Amino acid sequence: MSEVVKKFLYLNRKAPYGTIYAWEALEVVLIGAAFDQDVSVMFIDDGVYQLTKGQDTKGIGMKNFSPTYRTLGDYEVKKIYVDQASLEARGLTQDDLVEVAWEDFETEEEIENIVEVIDSARVSALMDESDVIFSF
Amino acid sequence: MSDTIDVDGKQLAVDEEGYLSNLNDWVPGVANVMAAQDNLELTDEHWDIINFLREYYEEYQIAPAVRVLTKAVGKKLGKEKGNSKYLYSLFPYGPAKQACRFAGLPKPTGCV
Repeated sequence: MSEVVKKFLYLNRKAPYGTIYAWEALEVVLIGAAFDQDVSVMFIDDGVYQLTKGQDTKGIGMKNFSPTYRTLGDYEVKKIYVDQASLEARGLTQDDLVEVAWEDFETEEEIENIVEVIDSARVSALMDESDVIFSF
Repeated sequence: MSDTIDVDGKQLAVDEEGYLSNLNDWVPGVANVMAAQDNLELTDEHWDIINFLREYYEEYQIAPAVRVLTKAVGKKLGKEKGNSKYLYSLFPYGPAKQACRFAGLPKPTGCV
């Protein structure tokens, strides 16, 4: 274990396809999980589309990587936040988003869904209390 | 020129590190041929891990990093198998890297 645990926040602001940002951000989160830090992931603006259910990428010839978000719990990501205002502006609700389970394999503590929709005050507070923010 | 391996008389393309270029080319024979290259003979215990990795990929579209693999194997196949000592005894070149190669998956995300 490293001595210093920092709070990392990964911000996802872009639609899943059309640019490489969403996939690259996901890879960085998965790779960064090896470093035993306190990791949160936040979806805001068009980034909320990354978590939507039922994505079909056949028409654009891209790999559909949406199932990969469901592994985030396995990779020690403890919290996934979604900005409520961004969801509402796009006519989406939490029901439109995938669920991500989290489990501590040692204590067998389980959380069924670590995706949490939060208001803008929480968004600001979380950004404020993070030691490191990566924005994609 | 890319490399190929001969599986059941078919030439299948592999990348410079020996991973299958096309996921859909995979047949069980791929694992046997790759294992022979590494001087390994595959047992049922090896196949448990290889099949597990293929199922994991099917569900999540990624090859798990070794620590995630270890935890997930422990959960699915029992605690006595969910540790790196056991997995390294099966796959001496690294459970994620080597087993993923046998399973026809890309190199795991987070492996260098």
